[in-house]
Amino acid sequence: MARNVSTRRKLLTTAAAWTIGILIFFPILWTFLTSFKTEAQAIASPPAFLFFDWTVQNYFEVQSRSDYFKHFMNSVVISFGSTLLGLMIAVPSAWAMAFAPTKRTKDVLMWMLSTKMMPPVGVLVPLYLMFRNTGLLDTRVGLVLVLMLINLPIIIWMLYTYFKEIPGEILEAARMDGASLAKEIIYVLTPMAIPGIASTFLLNIILAWNEAFWTLNLSAARAAPLTAFIASYSSPEGLFYAKLSAASTMAIAPILILGWFSQKQLVRGLTFGAVK
Amino acid sequence: MGSITLKNVSKVFGAHAVIPSIDLDINDGEFVVFVGPSGCGKSTLLRLIAGLEDVSGGEVVIDGKNATELPPAKRGLSMVFQSYALYPHMSVRGNIAFPLKMAGEDKSVIDKKVQDAARVLNLTDYLERKPRQLSGGQRQRVAIGRAIVRQPDAFLFDEPLSNLDAALRVNMWLEISQLHQQLKTTMIYVTHDQVEAMTMADKIVVLNRGRIEQVGSPLELYHRPDNLFVAGFIGSPKMNFVSGAPAAAYHAHTIGIRPEHLVLSKDHGTWRGTVGVAEHLGSDTFLHVKADGIDTMTARVSGDFPVTHGDQVFLTPDAQRVHRFDEKGMAIR
Repeated sequence: MARNVSTRRKLLTTAAAWTIGILIFFPILWTFLTSFKTEAQAIASPPAFLFFDWTVQNYFEVQSRSDYFKHFMNSVVISFGSTLLGLMIAVPSAWAMAFAPTKRTKDVLMWMLSTKMMPPVGVLVPLYLMFRNTGLLDTRVGLVLVLMLINLPIIIWMLYTYFKEIPGEILEAARMDGASLAKEIIYVLTPMAIPGIASTFLLNIILAWNEAFWTLNLSAARAAPLTAFIASYSSPEGLFYAKLSAASTMAIAPILILGWFSQKQLVRGLTFGAVK
Repeated sequence: MGSITLKNVSKVFGAHAVIPSIDLDINDGEFVVFVGPSGCGKSTLLRLIAGLEDVSGGEVVIDGKNATELPPAKRGLSMVFQSYALYPHMSVRGNIAFPLKMAGEDKSVIDKKVQDAARVLNLTDYLERKPRQLSGGQRQRVAIGRAIVRQPDAFLFDEPLSNLDAALRVNMWLEISQLHQQLKTTMIYVTHDQVEAMTMADKIVVLNRGRIEQVGSPLELYHRPDNLFVAGFIGSPKMNFVSGAPAAAYHAHTIGIRPEHLVLSKDHGTWRGTVGVAEHLGSDTFLHVKADGIDTMTARVSGDFPVTHGDQVFLTPDAQRVHRFDEKGMAIR
C-alpha cells in the first residue's frame, strides 16, 4: 500500500527537489546564456538574465580562432577508442573473475580499485617522460592508451558486477551444448550482458569525454580534445567570458545530448541487479 | 551407445572429500537415478560425469573410452539443469537449435531436427516465443528439447523438476519415462525425492556422504535394503525402527517394519499404543501411534479403518517382513 503523504509535505519536498535541481543546473544554464552575450554584457553588473542583445558572434569567433571540429573529432576518437579498447580487455577479465574465481580474485579486484585512489598527479612526471621518450606525447594513440588505463578498473568492476548476476548454469549449459569459450562469450554471455555492457560503455564515454587532467597535460595541439579547447580560452591575457562560455557550450553539448538520449539505459544499467 | 563406468572416482574441495571414491557401472539404455539427502554428493557426481567439474582422482569411462580429460562438449552427453538454464535472449527455436548450431550442422538439418523435437515435446506453437513467455513446465520441455536434438549417448538430469508444482511434476515423471522408452537412451537422473526415484528408475543409486549405500532396482531397495540408511530413505512413509528387547526377540540389534507391514487391531496385538495424529488421505490413512515402551510408530491402514486421535489400538508386525539389522546398521539376512 502506498504511504499517505500530506499535501503540505508533498509541496515542501517538491520545492526542495526543484531548488536542488536548479542549483545544480544553473551554472550550465548561465554558461549557455553567457555564450550569446557580448564580452561587455558578459561582465556587466548587475548581470542581464534574459534581456540582452542575443548574438551568435562568439560561436563564429571561437570556430575561426581554434577549429572546434578538430578538437571535437579528437574527443570522439579518444573517448570511443579508449572505451572500446577498455571493453575488449575488460570483458574477458571480468568473465574470468566472475565465472572462474580463485582465492585471490577479491584481492585483485581491490588492488585494481586501489589504483583509482592514487592522485594522478603523483605519476604525472614519470608518465610524461615515458610518453616523451616513446613519441606518444600529443598523439591520439597516447591519449587513448592513458584514458583506457585510468578507466579500466571502473570498466572491469562494473562488468564484473553485471556478470555476477548471470547464472553460471546458463554458461555451463552452453558448454554442454558444445560452445567453445569464445562462442560461449560471443553467443551467450555478451547478449545477456548487453544492458550492463551498454551502460558501462556510456558511462565510460562520459568519463573519458570529460577527463581533463591527462588530456591537458599530455596533449598540446594535434591531439588536443575539447577539454584543451575550453582551457585555451582561459588565457593569461585576460578572461573572455562570452567566448569561454561559447566554447564550453560547444564542448559539453554532444555529451549532454548523448546522456539525455541514453539516460534510461544509464539508470537501468546503474541499478542493474539492485532489485530482482 | 551410452554405457558409463566410474572407476575410483573421487572429488575433493579443499580439505573436504565430497566424494571419497566411487565405482559404478551404468549400462547402455538404463534409466539410473542418483538419490540421497541434500549434500550427499549426487549433483557433484553428475557434474563429474558431465565434465563440468574435474575429478580429483579416478576415471570416467564413456562407451569404453576414457573421457576423464575430455571437455563437456566432447563427451557426447546432454544435460538438463534444475534452473532450466535456457538462453533468455533466444527464442525457443534458438534455444533448441543452439547445440546443433555449435556442431556446425546445415540450416536445413537444424530446422528439421528442431521441428521434430518440438513435435515430440508439444512445443510447435511456441517456437517463436522467448523463455520468459513460457510456463515452468514449458520451459522444462524446452530444456529437454535442447538436450534431445543432439542425439546424445546419455542424458543427465540435475533435479529437473524441483521448481515445478506437485501436479505438473507427476505429469513430467510420466513424460520423461515415456521419452526414455521412446529414445532408449541412457538417462542419469538426480533427485532428493525418493518417490520420484522409485517412479522412474530402472536402477537406483542411493548416495550418502559421498558414498554409495546401495545400488539396485526400486523393488530390490524396497524389499532388501542393505543397511539402516537405505531402509529409512526408501519408502514413504519412512520405515519404523525399533531396538532393544523387541529387536532382540528377532535376534537383531534393530528391527525395521514398514508402515504398510504393521497389522492394526482394536483389541489384540503385540504392541499397545495410542493414536497421536491420523492423516486421512482417502484411500489410505497414516496413523502415528505412540506405542507403549517403544517410540512413535507410523502405520498405514485402509482409508475406511474407523480411528481418530486418542483411540487405543494394537500393532502387530508382519513377522515375514521384518527387516533385521546388526549393531553396525547392516542388514542380517
